[in-house]
Amino acid sequence: MEPTLTTSHALTDSRATTSLKNTPMIKLSEIEKVYQTDTIETVALNRVNLTINRGEFVSIMGPSGCGKSTLLSLMGLLDEPTSGTIEIDGRPVTSYSDKELAKVRNHKIGFIFQSFHLINDLSVLDNVELPLLYRAGMGGKERRQRALAALEKVGLSARTKHFPSQLSGGQRQRVAIARALAGAPEIILADEPTGNLDSVMGEEIMELLLTLHREANTTIVMVTHDESMALKTERVIRFFDGSQVS
Amino acid sequence: MLLSYLKLAWKVLLRRKFFTFISLFGIAFTLMVLLVVVALFDHTVGAHYPESRLDRMTFAQFLHVRYKDGGNMNTPPSYYVLDKYVRTLRTPEKVSIASNFHATPSYVGNRKLDLDLRYTDAAFWQIMDFNFTQGKPFLEADVKAGSRVAVINRSTARQYFGTEAGVVGRTIVVNQTSFRVQGVVEDVPAMRFSSYADVWVPLSTSPDDLQRVQLQGDYLAIILAKSEADVPAVQAEFEQAMKRVPLPDPKNMEYLDLHADRLIASISRQLMSPLTEYKSDGLELLYPILAGLALLFMILPALNLVNINVSRIMERSSEIGVRKAFGATGGKLVSQFLVENIFLTLIGGILGLLLAYVTLQIISGSQLLAYAQFEMNWRIFSWALLVTVFFGVLSGVYPAFKMSRLQPVQALKASGK
Ligand SMILES: Nc1ncnc2c1ncn2[C@@H]1O[C@H](COP(=O)(O)OP(=O)(O)O)[C@@H](O)[C@H]1O
Ligand SMILES: [Mg+2]
Repeated sequence: MEPTLTTSHALTDSRATTSLKNTPMIKLSEIEKVYQTDTIETVALNRVNLTINRGEFVSIMGPSGCGKSTLLSLMGLLDEPTSGTIEIDGRPVTSYSDKELAKVRNHKIGFIFQSFHLINDLSVLDNVELPLLYRAGMGGKERRQRALAALEKVGLSARTKHFPSQLSGGQRQRVAIARALAGAPEIILADEPTGNLDSVMGEEIMELLLTLHREANTTIVMVTHDESMALKTERVIRFFDGSQVS
Repeated sequence: MLLSYLKLAWKVLLRRKFFTFISLFGIAFTLMVLLVVVALFDHTVGAHYPESRLDRMTFAQFLHVRYKDGGNMNTPPSYYVLDKYVRTLRTPEKVSIASNFHATPSYVGNRKLDLDLRYTDAAFWQIMDFNFTQGKPFLEADVKAGSRVAVINRSTARQYFGTEAGVVGRTIVVNQTSFRVQGVVEDVPAMRFSSYADVWVPLSTSPDDLQRVQLQGDYLAIILAKSEADVPAVQAEFEQAMKRVPLPDPKNMEYLDLHADRLIASISRQLMSPLTEYKSDGLELLYPILAGLALLFMILPALNLVNINVSRIMERSSEIGVRKAFGATGGKLVSQFLVENIFLTLIGGILGLLLAYVTLQIISGSQLLAYAQFEMNWRIFSWALLVTVFFGVLSGVYPAFKMSRLQPVQALKASGK
């Protein structure tokens, strides 16, 4: 069945369409990504076809250097493929202007980086407020409330005035998750979110993502090295050398 | 949005104290030096008390003789030359002849007091715009009669008589000659070479033989044109008159020249003479040299600012990447850095202004330069601030713009965090 997704093109927080299970949220067709450095040409992704459905929790596994991060940043619109098309919520990304791209990143996507990428000059609260800063018409008060709510979800309400340098690795990653949650995106992309953490911390973060998926029906794509974590997700995609192997 | 940018700018500045300090110090110090130099310059050549009609004034104060063997002589002209050839000009509204000032000993009890003494005519008081706190200037009749009368400044009144009150009519002895005080004026800054003195007395009381026929002397002419537009006509007539001055020793002398110059031009003529050989007033050289020096002085801090700004933004490329990843448009990023830079430069500007103000107050109060009062030049301040903001914006926003065009992934990688 080909779903009619006319309303989903509108970039809103509305979850009116989230009930439509099994409709593609992210669709990659014939994606190729080639990195060109001075002399070497690296094919990071080789003709990848992949569909992530709305509300799915998918994990991506594969050896180091096989293209997982590259894949995730293409899904998060942080980079452009060398060839092939990316569709988010049924609309091809190439049709977006720069402004619209920014809007999609802001409203639909929350990215969690392996190395956190918090802004060291900003407090925890300001870091979490960041995505909301770029949301038209949102006042300071609402930003603060939403950011505090997100911090509460990750259990960091007591650290809002701290700076990233004053936090442990696990706490930093939870701030990064709160930042990704703050804008209530439909998609969360997490690149080895537990990779830099010990196993106890890792479990906690995983629980957080599972809860999020269960409660808000968020579409989640997570890159991981950890087989046991991957098995907790709905689907495991395996990559080898730039191609999907299962 | 602006408010949150400002808040952010403030936070970043506080968080990066070292960078902030270096930037602010560079901006503030440069502005301060510029303002102080301009204030000193303006203090010397601007239209200030008592030369408030400076736009209509020209000065003839150095007579240059060129010798056939290539030598030069450059001295103040004699009273004779000025009286015969300058006072007789028809275009000016008024011509005054005065001596240069000289430190002259005077005694208060046993205490020696060096007073700067100047001999003037009556026209001097009409051309200049002195503020008399008591009494009045001496008149044509006093000068003709050789009356021993004097105008003194307030500081002299205080130092000589111990009081400023009721000194008119009392006697002051300068150079072993008694003068009756006829008027008291506000102090004149020492940098106003043509009007400054502690004591002014009639030319006719000078021990010099005024009518002696010679070129060199110790005098200057101050010429007031009928209007500013009339100054060139005055200068033209002056040049013609100088052609009639005979060379006393035609065998050895090639020519002589004496000019009616604006104040700045008369200073420049002396300053630039090694380059111009007295052939012009040298303003066409002086201005570019001053501008060049100012530019040179500004260029280092400007480059420093650019350098700091560029590296600061490179350092923050990962921040730019993060912001883009979470939905910042290029425009938003550029405006963020724009606000940050303008904010920083404005703070630097205000600090520079305060520093300059304090420095000028200190110089004014130190009596380093007698009776000096310095004023802030707002026009120069605005220009300098504009230049700083320009460099700040250019150096801050251009790299931010370049960065904001990168794909978020590239920006995130650029800083290698
Ligand atoms: N910016 C880049 N420039 C050149 N090569 C890159 C760049 N980013 C990644 N690569 C290369 O692309 C391949 C895939 O990288 P990546 O997606 O980071 O792998 P993974 O996340 O699976 O470890 C690797 O061989 C890597 O060296
Ligand atoms: Mg990776």
